[in-house]
Amino acid sequence: MTKILRTVWRHVARSARDLTPIVLVIAFFQYFILQQPLDNALGLVSGAILVLIGLTLFVYGLELALFPIGESLAHALARKGSVFWLLTFSFLLGFGTTVAEPALTAVANEAAKVAAAAGAIADTDQARSRYVLGLRITVALSVGTALLIGVLRILLGWSLPLLIISGYVMVIAMTAVAPPEIVGIAYDSGGVTTSTVTVPLVAALGVGMASSLRDRNPMTDGFGLIAFASLTPMVFVMAYGSIVKWI
Amino acid sequence: MDMMGPMVKTILSTALDVLPILLFIFLFQLFVIRQPIHDLRRLFAGIVFTILGLGLFLVGLEQALFPLGRLMAQQLTHPEFLMSGAEALDFHWTNYKWVYVFAFCIGFATTIAEPALLAVAMKANETSGGAIHVWGLRVAVAIGAAVGVSLGCFRIIAGLPLQAFILVGYIVVVVQTIWAPRLIIPLAYDSGGVTTSTVTVPLVAALGLGLAETVPGRSPLLDGFGLVAFTCLFPIISVLAYAQLSALRERFAGRHKTEAENGAESNSKEVI
Repeated sequence: MTKILRTVWRHVARSARDLTPIVLVIAFFQYFILQQPLDNALGLVSGAILVLIGLTLFVYGLELALFPIGESLAHALARKGSVFWLLTFSFLLGFGTTVAEPALTAVANEAAKVAAAAGAIADTDQARSRYVLGLRITVALSVGTALLIGVLRILLGWSLPLLIISGYVMVIAMTAVAPPEIVGIAYDSGGVTTSTVTVPLVAALGVGMASSLRDRNPMTDGFGLIAFASLTPMVFVMAYGSIVKWI
Repeated sequence: MDMMGPMVKTILSTALDVLPILLFIFLFQLFVIRQPIHDLRRLFAGIVFTILGLGLFLVGLEQALFPLGRLMAQQLTHPEFLMSGAEALDFHWTNYKWVYVFAFCIGFATTIAEPALLAVAMKANETSGGAIHVWGLRVAVAIGAAVGVSLGCFRIIAGLPLQAFILVGYIVVVVQTIWAPRLIIPLAYDSGGVTTSTVTVPLVAALGLGLAETVPGRSPLLDGFGLVAFTCLFPIISVLAYAQLSALRERFAGRHKTEAENGAESNSKEVI
């Protein structure tokens, strides 16, 4: 019993340490810079406790479920030896986790407003929701493609810096041709696609695959999947903006 | 209990986000891999913990930190606060010093609290056999994010083109890649994407929109974006820089050691 309590305490203490900076920053600015008292202090404390419990449970769940799932799937797929299924799985995982991502939907809605304001699409609800759906599918396709390329890279041992740098070149090239109003959103879309649930799964997938293949180093070959997933959306979104505008 | 309603709602919506992923994975396991899943009970418990944890985490943030953070972003960017009454309409980027400080601090603090980054740091620690410290990686990423957010705020206030900053950032990353320790490069590239998740994006986006709304001559629609991109790019640079610094320090330290020690240690030395 004491052992369990000690484990729980260690987890909670670690979460508390992770959250201390954010509490300090907000308290400092509230009291010293803006010089305003906190109303609803009770709500704040209960909220902070919820965050603490939540983070602790999440980390525990990570070790219990998300990491093992990602890794055992990677091992099983590698052992099965079917490149087709491995690539299908990676693509679908990227597409599926992204298309329903709430953060993406929020960004897509903003993008539709910008596009309507810039005159790229008609300023009606119907036109905007079509634009949003199109954008969400575009980004989901881009993340699917990213994982597919990333997994292919692990299988074939391609150089990661070379691929990432060619990605950068594509981003710059697309920036030159894309309508200016889409550029900011496109750049931001790279960051919002990688959610808190997807990241651990994808990281475990990459590392699991690299460690089950011969002469692949889990450290240098296993990581890099997330980098692709935050790069391709930029290119795809700018392409989408250009296509909608020029056609 | 006015808290129960949103709590149940948030946990349910988290479950709805996670379930399709899980369903897909289980179907794949069942029909393609055709192998029974080990330790189903443990896995199930883990999934329940993940959903419950993420749900509670979001409810707590929404209740305690987000409203305050958003309010602060608005107040700090408000002309009244910036001018402190006296001066006339002299909008210069130097008037916003508290915005930069706030941007730096909030960028750092939210990144440290980011669960996705914690997950990747744990994985990196495990994979590297302990050579990469969980805390060291997170601090390196958080410093990058902090610089990114404050520089992004400066860009919005000064009205400089986003593309130019991103282009320069890319060039720096490419140059660093040439000399950085090979082991760290993939992880550094990954750390860009993991920084921007549940905690960071809402607060950083609020800061950007607040600035674009209040700074004269900026439009929230056109200039409010780009902060997330900055927060994504700079951790790559800071993680690479940190690894380079560690490698350099090691080389200097190595000169003072006897050759035997040096040869044995250089392979197993800590990266971060």
